[in-house]
Amino acid sequence: MSVRADAIIVGGGIHGCSTALHLCLRGLRPVLIEKDYAGRHASGVNAGGVRQLARHVAEIPLSIRSMDLWEGIEELVGDDCSFDSHGQVLVAENDEELEACRARVADLNLRGFTHEELIDAKELRRLVPAVAETCPGGIVSRRDGAANPAQATTAFRRRAERLGTLVREGVEATTIRKDGTIWRVDAGGETYEAPVLVNAAGAWGARIAASLGEKVPVETVAPMLMITSRVPDFIKPVVILRGRKLSFKQFANGTVLIGGGHLATPYQDTGETVLDWSKLQESARTVWDLFPVMRNATIVRAWAGIEARTADDLPIIGPSAKHEGLFHQFGFSLHGFQLGPGTGAVMAELIATGNTNTPIDGLRIERFAS
Amino acid sequence: MTINRPMREEYDVAVIGAGPAGLAAASLAARAGLSTILLDENQGPGGQVWRGVTSTPVKETRLLGDDYWAGARLVEEVRASSAEILQGATVWSLDRHLEIGISMSGGSQFIRAGRVIIATGALERPFPISGWTLPGVMTAGAAQTALKSSGLIPDGRTVVAGQGPLFWLLTAQILRMGGHIDLVLDTTERRNYFRALPHAAGFLRSPYFLKGLAMMREVRSKVRVVSGVTKIAASGKDRIESVSYEVGGQSASVPADLLLLHQGVVPNVNLAMAAGVKHRWDEIQLCWSPILDANGGTSVEGIAIAGDGAGIAGALAAVERGRIAARAAVEALKPKAGAKVPDMQTLQADLAKAERGRTFLDVLFQPPRQFRIPQGDTIVCRCEEVTAQDILDSVAIGATGPNQLKAYRRTGMGPCQGRLCGLTVTELMAEARGKTPEEIGYYRLRAPVKPITLSELASLPKDENATKAVVRG
Repeated sequence: MSVRADAIIVGGGIHGCSTALHLCLRGLRPVLIEKDYAGRHASGVNAGGVRQLARHVAEIPLSIRSMDLWEGIEELVGDDCSFDSHGQVLVAENDEELEACRARVADLNLRGFTHEELIDAKELRRLVPAVAETCPGGIVSRRDGAANPAQATTAFRRRAERLGTLVREGVEATTIRKDGTIWRVDAGGETYEAPVLVNAAGAWGARIAASLGEKVPVETVAPMLMITSRVPDFIKPVVILRGRKLSFKQFANGTVLIGGGHLATPYQDTGETVLDWSKLQESARTVWDLFPVMRNATIVRAWAGIEARTADDLPIIGPSAKHEGLFHQFGFSLHGFQLGPGTGAVMAELIATGNTNTPIDGLRIERFAS
Repeated sequence: MTINRPMREEYDVAVIGAGPAGLAAASLAARAGLSTILLDENQGPGGQVWRGVTSTPVKETRLLGDDYWAGARLVEEVRASSAEILQGATVWSLDRHLEIGISMSGGSQFIRAGRVIIATGALERPFPISGWTLPGVMTAGAAQTALKSSGLIPDGRTVVAGQGPLFWLLTAQILRMGGHIDLVLDTTERRNYFRALPHAAGFLRSPYFLKGLAMMREVRSKVRVVSGVTKIAASGKDRIESVSYEVGGQSASVPADLLLLHQGVVPNVNLAMAAGVKHRWDEIQLCWSPILDANGGTSVEGIAIAGDGAGIAGALAAVERGRIAARAAVEALKPKAGAKVPDMQTLQADLAKAERGRTFLDVLFQPPRQFRIPQGDTIVCRCEEVTAQDILDSVAIGATGPNQLKAYRRTGMGPCQGRLCGLTVTELMAEARGKTPEEIGYYRLRAPVKPITLSELASLPKDENATKAVVRG
């Protein structure tokens, strides 16, 4: 028995769900196939940063488009996703780092981007009173913020389903093939057929691409996070350090999320990760140094989500270089969450119209063709 | 010997938990000549069943019973052995590389072992009734802890409600110590007596049979016991003021200052699950149990589980399971030393004897549905104050299991890490979705399985060599 759809999306992360939702908004009826459940891996367990700050220029236009959607997220998905917009701040810990910040902002301004703003010690202290006295300044992106990743991914999935997406969770997409102009994918005893296939399979995306003859340099990684018990409110924006691996966010309920990109060991085939506590200890020490108020906070849980990181740390977005009707949307390299809403919109645009006004040229799979 | 810090970074055997299973395991492993460390988070050995056995102010043996004092002899045995005993040491992490994160005296450190025996025992099953979060409502186990460690007994108007072997034991212990109990509400379902009957033969030959009967008789002779209770609720403004209950369709209410709840114990699975040990839903005990081989070995190479953490079977079985897991470690690491300790066949026979009659108890004391699966505005998750209805509402809009529910309600994400809500959430969602608990699954648990402070974590070894020693490739 086969099930016909307008598009088959493999992967129920925020990207797959967002693309499904946006295809529905354009009147198409996709099927979304997810081997676990929506948001099981990176999309559901990342730090939830909604950040334009400190992005590679190649993805800034996409990030800005996404930001517009985040600001209307409740209207888009029918759930506030716990999105808040208290800004994100990149902290320079010394003058040398501040100099690099200054150069960065100047470069962005020349390119016509104004979302990043250089700040001095005084403004830094105003935004983040708890930060150590010695920090001379940094960069702020004021529209940025954070959301609850599991809540957001789940909300995209739910809205996509309500608008007509056929959601198939707990079944793995196997035997992906193309017969003429039709893609066929087997999953859970059914065969799905569509003229369009979207590879949004996160850490598993490179395997799908490779099986279709497009090999890309991608590794599987599992960035670690830990969260504390509730502490009194002391910080509003998300804080990122320029020189050390640390990101820091206090949620409205008082819990504090500590991240920064230290990696666990992923076991991709079982979906498990083993944490590297010596690295989490480094994060703990950095927080201990910079935020004395946190010293007696209790760490309640630590975890890691499995995802893909490409050789150049940029995602792979857009049509396949090899097959008509195949679109890639994976390899977000530890910073894909904020891009979810916008990338879904761009993918739907590409699929429905063959074109998009959002520049994604630096993100296409061709860049890895040798 | 009791120590302050681990004497080395690597041991043949690390035993986690110094209750009956852990003490027995450490003793046997050390006797066979394996380097052994026994890690325990309490100030003294004994676990819950023998809590305070070396320090309790209660000296009159009759009050706590002979079984309690048997613990003292096993503690002596371990103390006399070469095993290092580390008290006040909380194990907060264990992974598949058998690396163990320990927090103690404000600091944190890692050790490694060739074999790990988890003997972290049991937890009381959640008893989510209306009003169970009011001050003045506590678990019977918490009351037992106060009794054994400090000799504290309830004095106000006290109601004890629930069922199970430990329920009667605790009630008897309180009464013997002069504690005051006004009313016992027995929630054992009457039909369970018939259901359990086919398993009675084993129980009649069990060491628990006569003791159990005597204890129930003892309680009934001193306190009013109402049996067949089908509903219980605590109410009060800022704290408990009364307990209402139903029996045979009739409602009644009594004033109360203290309500002690207990409906059995379930394996404490947090550490094992966080280490990646596979579990299954136990249809009779209605809880998660690790999948084990005959010697307590788990799905993670090198990790074994002994004691009630391996499935509830009581202290006598725990001792034998501890010995078996240790014996298996000896055979794996130092086969020649096996001659110094009892052989596996003898240990297995002893275990079979100790487990006799268990099914009878499991079936008889299977907690009624309405006390496991609450309704309406009864709180399920205490950390996030999520009610049964909240969970059903989330299921209605798409939450399919406990991990997905986190996205809707944050259940299981608070400091208790699901210990107080996990089973309830699984059963509630299973019923709402018409699935089995096995299909619905459980929270994915992660270290730290016990909260540690940022300062404790930051104090892990600082110099490069020490760090290397704890980092695995």
